[in-house]
Amino acid sequence: MNTLDRKIINLLQKGFPLSEQPYLEVAEQLGIEESELIHRLADLLEKKTLSRFGPMYDAQKLGGAFSLVAINVPEEEYDRVTEIVNSFSEVAHNYRRDHDLNMWFVLATDTPEKIHAVNSQIEKMTGLKVYNMPKLDEYYIGLNLPV
Amino acid sequence: MENKIVLDELDRKIVELTQSGLPLVSRPYDDISEQLGIDPSEVISRMKRMLDSGVIRRIAAVPNHYALGYKANGMTVWDVPDDKVNELGQKVGQLVFVSHCYHRPRFLPEWPYNLFAMVHAHNRDDARLLVDKIAEVIGSDDRGHDILFSTQILKKTGLRFNQ
Repeated sequence: MNTLDRKIINLLQKGFPLSEQPYLEVAEQLGIEESELIHRLADLLEKKTLSRFGPMYDAQKLGGAFSLVAINVPEEEYDRVTEIVNSFSEVAHNYRRDHDLNMWFVLATDTPEKIHAVNSQIEKMTGLKVYNMPKLDEYYIGLNLPV
Repeated sequence: MENKIVLDELDRKIVELTQSGLPLVSRPYDDISEQLGIDPSEVISRMKRMLDSGVIRRIAAVPNHYALGYKANGMTVWDVPDDKVNELGQKVGQLVFVSHCYHRPRFLPEWPYNLFAMVHAHNRDDARLLVDKIAEVIGSDDRGHDILFSTQILKKTGLRFNQ
Protein backbone atom coordinates (compact mmCIF):
# COMPACT_ATOMS: atom_id res chain seq x y z
CA MET A 1 0.00 0.00 0.00
CA ASN A 2 1.52 3.30 -1.09
CA THR A 3 0.94 6.89 0.01
CA LEU A 4 -1.81 7.41 -2.54
CA ASP A 5 -3.65 4.31 -1.33
CA ARG A 6 -3.48 5.61 2.23
CA LYS A 7 -4.85 8.98 1.18
CA ILE A 8 -7.69 7.30 -0.69
CA ILE A 9 -8.58 5.10 2.29
CA ASN A 10 -8.46 7.97 4.77
CA LEU A 11 -10.61 10.17 2.59
CA LEU A 12 -13.17 7.58 1.51
CA GLN A 13 -13.74 6.27 5.03
CA LYS A 14 -15.28 9.63 5.77
CA GLY A 15 -17.72 9.53 2.91
CA PHE A 16 -18.37 9.49 -0.82
CA PRO A 17 -20.47 12.02 -2.76
CA LEU A 18 -23.90 11.43 -4.19
CA SER A 19 -23.34 13.26 -7.44
CA GLU A 20 -23.23 12.52 -11.13
CA GLN A 21 -19.49 11.99 -11.29
CA PRO A 22 -18.46 11.27 -7.71
CA TYR A 23 -15.12 9.64 -8.59
CA LEU A 24 -14.11 12.73 -10.52
CA GLU A 25 -14.97 14.90 -7.52
CA VAL A 26 -12.88 12.77 -5.16
CA ALA A 27 -10.02 12.44 -7.66
CA GLU A 28 -9.82 16.23 -7.93
CA GLN A 29 -9.56 16.50 -4.15
CA LEU A 30 -6.69 14.02 -4.28
CA GLY A 31 -5.07 15.68 -7.28
CA ILE A 32 -5.22 12.56 -9.44
CA GLU A 33 -7.07 11.39 -12.54
CA GLU A 34 -10.51 9.89 -12.14
CA SER A 35 -9.40 6.71 -13.91
CA GLU A 36 -6.52 6.32 -11.49
CA LEU A 37 -8.85 6.56 -8.48
CA ILE A 38 -11.16 3.92 -9.95
CA HIS A 39 -8.21 1.68 -10.73
CA ARG A 40 -6.74 2.04 -7.21
CA LEU A 41 -10.12 1.35 -5.60
CA ALA A 42 -10.62 -1.77 -7.67
CA ASP A 43 -7.18 -2.92 -6.61
CA LEU A 44 -7.75 -2.21 -2.89
CA LEU A 45 -10.99 -4.19 -3.03
CA GLU A 46 -9.37 -7.00 -4.99
CA LYS A 47 -6.55 -7.26 -2.44
CA LYS A 48 -9.12 -7.01 0.36
CA THR A 49 -7.44 -3.98 1.92
CA LEU A 50 -10.94 -2.58 1.72
CA SER A 51 -13.69 -4.96 2.70
CA ARG A 52 -16.48 -2.87 1.19
CA PHE A 53 -17.13 0.27 -0.76
CA GLY A 54 -20.57 1.79 -1.14
CA PRO A 55 -23.69 2.56 0.88
CA MET A 56 -23.90 1.06 4.37
CA TYR A 57 -27.51 0.20 5.04
CA ASP A 58 -29.10 0.13 8.48
CA ALA A 59 -30.72 -3.30 8.55
CA GLN A 60 -33.34 -2.30 11.10
CA LYS A 61 -34.49 0.73 9.16
CA LEU A 62 -34.90 -1.45 6.08
CA GLY A 63 -37.49 -3.31 8.10
CA GLY A 64 -35.07 -6.09 8.82
CA ALA A 65 -33.66 -7.40 12.03
CA PHE A 66 -30.18 -7.71 13.32
CA SER A 67 -28.61 -9.56 16.21
CA LEU A 68 -25.29 -10.49 17.75
CA VAL A 69 -25.17 -14.12 18.77
CA ALA A 70 -22.60 -16.01 20.80
CA ILE A 71 -21.93 -19.71 21.38
CA ASN A 72 -19.61 -21.53 23.75
CA VAL A 73 -18.14 -24.08 21.35
CA PRO A 74 -16.05 -27.00 22.65
CA GLU A 75 -12.62 -26.96 20.98
CA GLU A 76 -13.03 -30.38 19.35
CA GLU A 77 -16.27 -29.28 17.73
CA TYR A 78 -15.11 -25.88 16.54
CA ASP A 79 -14.72 -26.72 12.85
CA ARG A 80 -18.01 -28.55 12.66
CA VAL A 81 -19.91 -25.72 14.35
CA THR A 82 -18.20 -23.08 12.19
CA GLU A 83 -19.34 -24.94 9.10
CA ILE A 84 -22.94 -25.11 10.33
CA VAL A 85 -23.11 -21.46 11.38
CA ASN A 86 -21.41 -20.13 8.25
CA SER A 87 -23.75 -22.13 6.02
CA PHE A 88 -26.59 -19.74 6.90
CA SER A 89 -26.79 -16.84 4.45
CA GLU A 90 -28.25 -14.77 7.32
CA VAL A 91 -24.84 -14.90 9.05
CA ALA A 92 -23.13 -11.71 7.87
CA HIS A 93 -19.93 -12.18 9.80
CA ASN A 94 -18.54 -14.54 12.32
CA TYR A 95 -15.53 -14.09 14.58
CA ARG A 96 -13.62 -16.39 16.84
CA ARG A 97 -12.91 -14.69 20.18
CA ASP A 98 -10.87 -15.71 23.17
CA HIS A 99 -13.48 -16.28 25.86
CA ASP A 100 -15.68 -19.19 26.99
CA LEU A 101 -18.16 -17.70 24.53
CA ASN A 102 -15.73 -18.21 21.69
CA MET A 103 -17.89 -17.79 18.59
CA TRP A 104 -19.63 -14.47 17.87
CA PHE A 105 -21.66 -13.88 14.77
CA VAL A 106 -24.03 -11.26 13.40
CA LEU A 107 -27.38 -12.28 11.98
CA ALA A 108 -29.24 -10.09 9.50
CA THR A 109 -32.72 -11.15 8.46
CA ASP A 110 -35.71 -9.43 6.91
CA THR A 111 -37.97 -9.99 9.93
CA PRO A 112 -37.37 -10.32 13.71
CA GLU A 113 -39.10 -13.71 13.67
CA LYS A 114 -36.42 -15.04 11.36
CA ILE A 115 -33.70 -14.20 13.89
CA HIS A 116 -35.35 -16.63 16.29
CA ALA A 117 -35.94 -19.18 13.56
CA VAL A 118 -32.27 -19.16 12.52
CA ASN A 119 -31.13 -19.35 16.15
CA SER A 120 -33.36 -22.34 16.88
CA GLN A 121 -32.10 -24.08 13.77
CA ILE A 122 -28.50 -23.44 14.80
CA GLU A 123 -29.24 -24.75 18.31
CA LYS A 124 -30.82 -27.85 16.87
CA MET A 125 -28.02 -28.53 14.37
CA THR A 126 -25.15 -27.86 16.78
CA GLY A 127 -26.74 -29.07 20.02
CA LEU A 128 -25.29 -25.97 21.71
CA LYS A 129 -26.90 -23.10 23.56
CA VAL A 130 -27.18 -19.90 21.55
CA TYR A 131 -26.89 -16.56 23.36
CA ASN A 132 -28.97 -14.05 21.43
CA MET A 133 -27.86 -10.49 22.20
CA PRO A 134 -29.76 -8.05 19.99
CA LYS A 135 -28.99 -4.41 20.57
CA LEU A 136 -31.38 -2.74 22.99
CA ASP A 137 -29.93 0.72 22.34
CA GLU A 138 -27.26 2.04 20.01
CA TYR A 139 -24.99 4.87 21.08
CA TYR A 140 -22.58 5.22 18.20
CA ILE A 141 -21.54 3.56 14.98
CA GLY A 142 -18.70 4.79 12.93
CA LEU A 143 -15.28 3.54 12.15
CA ASN A 144 -12.42 5.73 11.18
CA LEU A 145 -9.04 4.08 11.17
CA PRO A 146 -6.28 6.47 10.16
CA VAL A 147 -3.60 4.75 8.06
CA MET B 1 -37.34 1.85 19.35
CA GLU B 2 -36.44 3.23 15.94
CA ASN B 3 -38.72 4.70 13.35
CA LYS B 4 -39.38 2.53 10.37
CA ILE B 5 -39.02 4.41 7.14
CA VAL B 6 -41.33 3.40 4.36
CA LEU B 7 -39.42 2.34 1.27
CA ASP B 8 -41.18 1.65 -1.98
CA GLU B 9 -40.32 -1.02 -4.48
CA LEU B 10 -37.93 1.20 -6.39
CA ASP B 11 -36.03 2.12 -3.22
CA ARG B 12 -35.72 -1.56 -2.41
CA LYS B 13 -34.38 -2.28 -5.89
CA ILE B 14 -31.75 0.40 -5.36
CA VAL B 15 -30.83 -1.25 -2.06
CA GLU B 16 -30.56 -4.59 -3.80
CA LEU B 17 -28.34 -3.24 -6.55
CA THR B 18 -25.98 -1.32 -4.25
CA GLN B 19 -25.73 -3.41 -1.11
CA SER B 20 -22.64 -5.26 -2.27
CA GLY B 21 -20.98 -2.05 -3.44
CA LEU B 22 -21.09 0.86 -5.85
CA PRO B 23 -20.15 0.27 -9.48
CA LEU B 24 -16.56 1.34 -10.17
CA VAL B 25 -17.38 3.40 -13.22
CA SER B 26 -17.29 7.13 -13.86
CA ARG B 27 -21.04 7.55 -13.42
CA PRO B 28 -21.97 4.86 -10.91
CA TYR B 29 -25.49 6.13 -10.26
CA ASP B 30 -26.20 6.17 -14.01
CA ASP B 31 -25.16 2.56 -14.08
CA ILE B 32 -27.79 1.77 -11.44
CA SER B 33 -30.48 3.89 -13.08
CA GLU B 34 -29.95 2.12 -16.40
CA GLN B 35 -30.56 -1.23 -14.77
CA LEU B 36 -33.81 0.13 -13.34
CA GLY B 37 -34.88 2.07 -16.42
CA ILE B 38 -35.17 5.36 -14.52
CA ASP B 39 -33.47 8.74 -14.62
CA PRO B 40 -30.04 8.98 -12.91
CA SER B 41 -31.22 11.98 -10.88
CA GLU B 42 -33.98 9.77 -9.46
CA VAL B 43 -31.39 7.32 -8.10
CA ILE B 44 -29.40 10.15 -6.55
CA SER B 45 -32.44 11.79 -4.97
CA ARG B 46 -33.75 8.50 -3.59
CA MET B 47 -30.35 7.61 -2.15
CA LYS B 48 -30.10 11.08 -0.67
CA ARG B 49 -33.46 10.57 1.01
CA MET B 50 -32.28 7.25 2.43
CA LEU B 51 -29.09 8.92 3.65
CA ASP B 52 -31.03 11.73 5.33
CA SER B 53 -33.40 9.31 7.05
CA GLY B 54 -30.56 7.07 8.20
CA VAL B 55 -31.57 4.07 6.06
CA ILE B 56 -28.12 4.55 4.56
CA ARG B 57 -25.74 5.22 7.45
CA ARG B 58 -23.15 6.59 5.06
CA ILE B 59 -21.60 5.95 1.67
CA ALA B 60 -17.97 5.13 2.25
CA ALA B 61 -15.09 2.72 2.04
CA VAL B 62 -14.82 0.18 4.84
CA PRO B 63 -11.26 -0.86 5.49
CA ASN B 64 -10.34 -4.37 6.41
CA HIS B 65 -8.80 -3.43 9.72
CA TYR B 66 -6.51 -6.45 9.75
CA ALA B 67 -5.02 -5.44 6.42
CA LEU B 68 -4.42 -1.93 7.77
CA GLY B 69 -2.42 -3.19 10.72
CA TYR B 70 -5.22 -2.90 13.27
CA LYS B 71 -4.74 -6.46 14.33
CA ALA B 72 -6.18 -6.20 17.82
CA ASN B 73 -9.94 -6.06 17.40
CA GLY B 74 -11.33 -5.94 20.91
CA MET B 75 -14.92 -6.20 21.99
CA THR B 76 -14.94 -4.55 25.39
CA VAL B 77 -17.89 -5.51 27.58
CA TRP B 78 -19.05 -3.82 30.76
CA ASP B 79 -21.40 -4.57 33.61
CA VAL B 80 -22.97 -1.25 34.55
CA PRO B 81 -26.18 -0.46 36.45
CA ASP B 82 -29.22 -0.70 34.15
CA ASP B 83 -30.46 2.73 35.16
CA LYS B 84 -27.18 4.27 34.06
CA VAL B 85 -26.51 2.33 30.87
CA ASN B 86 -27.89 5.02 28.54
CA GLU B 87 -25.95 7.84 30.13
CA LEU B 88 -22.72 5.80 30.20
CA GLY B 89 -23.28 4.44 26.69
CA GLN B 90 -23.51 7.98 25.32
CA LYS B 91 -20.25 8.92 27.02
CA VAL B 92 -18.37 5.82 25.91
CA GLY B 93 -19.75 6.13 22.36
CA GLN B 94 -18.25 9.59 22.13
CA LEU B 95 -14.70 8.32 22.63
CA VAL B 96 -12.93 8.59 19.26
CA PHE B 97 -11.48 5.11 19.34
CA VAL B 98 -14.85 3.41 19.95
CA SER B 99 -16.35 2.26 16.65
CA HIS B 100 -19.62 0.76 17.90
CA CYS B 101 -21.33 1.07 21.26
CA TYR B 102 -24.47 -0.84 22.24
CA HIS B 103 -26.66 -1.81 25.15
CA ARG B 104 -27.33 -5.56 24.96
CA PRO B 105 -29.06 -8.09 27.23
CA ARG B 106 -27.23 -9.94 30.00
CA PHE B 107 -27.35 -13.71 30.47
CA LEU B 108 -26.87 -14.27 34.17
CA PRO B 109 -24.93 -15.80 35.70
CA GLU B 110 -22.47 -16.56 32.90
CA TRP B 111 -22.71 -13.24 31.04
CA PRO B 112 -23.17 -10.19 33.32
CA TYR B 113 -22.24 -7.54 30.74
CA ASN B 114 -24.80 -5.10 29.34
CA LEU B 115 -22.67 -2.47 27.57
CA PHE B 116 -20.53 -3.29 24.53
CA ALA B 117 -17.88 -1.02 22.96
CA MET B 118 -15.69 -2.09 20.05
CA VAL B 119 -12.11 -0.85 19.92
CA HIS B 120 -9.47 -1.35 17.24
CA ALA B 121 -5.76 -1.07 17.94
CA HIS B 122 -2.48 -2.17 16.41
CA ASN B 123 -1.82 -4.64 19.20
CA ARG B 124 -3.36 -6.01 22.36
CA ASP B 125 -1.36 -3.79 24.69
CA ASP B 126 -2.64 -0.69 22.91
CA ALA B 127 -6.17 -2.08 23.06
CA ARG B 128 -5.83 -2.59 26.83
CA LEU B 129 -4.84 1.07 27.20
CA LEU B 130 -8.09 1.95 25.47
CA VAL B 131 -9.95 -0.27 27.95
CA ASP B 132 -8.36 1.76 30.77
CA LYS B 133 -9.60 4.95 29.17
CA ILE B 134 -13.14 3.59 28.97
CA ALA B 135 -12.87 2.44 32.61
CA GLU B 136 -12.00 6.02 33.57
CA VAL B 137 -15.15 7.28 31.88
CA ILE B 138 -17.34 4.66 33.57
CA GLY B 139 -15.70 5.24 36.94
CA SER B 140 -17.36 3.69 39.99
CA ASP B 141 -20.25 2.32 37.89
CA ASP B 142 -17.86 -0.28 36.47
CA ARG B 143 -18.98 -3.45 38.24
CA GLY B 144 -16.80 -5.63 36.05
CA HIS B 145 -15.47 -5.67 32.51
CA ASP B 146 -13.63 -7.82 30.03
CA ILE B 147 -12.11 -7.55 26.56
CA LEU B 148 -12.67 -10.25 23.98
CA PHE B 149 -10.09 -10.21 21.24
CA SER B 150 -10.95 -11.71 17.91
CA THR B 151 -8.47 -14.38 16.95
CA GLN B 152 -9.91 -15.37 13.58
CA ILE B 153 -12.40 -14.12 11.02
CA LEU B 154 -14.59 -17.14 10.36
CA LYS B 155 -16.85 -15.36 7.88
CA LYS B 156 -17.13 -11.85 6.56
CA THR B 157 -19.64 -10.92 3.92
CA GLY B 158 -21.51 -7.67 3.74
CA LEU B 159 -25.09 -7.67 4.86
CA ARG B 160 -27.50 -9.02 2.30
CA PHE B 161 -31.15 -8.19 2.32
CA ASN B 162 -33.48 -10.44 0.46
CA GLN B 163 -36.27 -8.50 -1.09
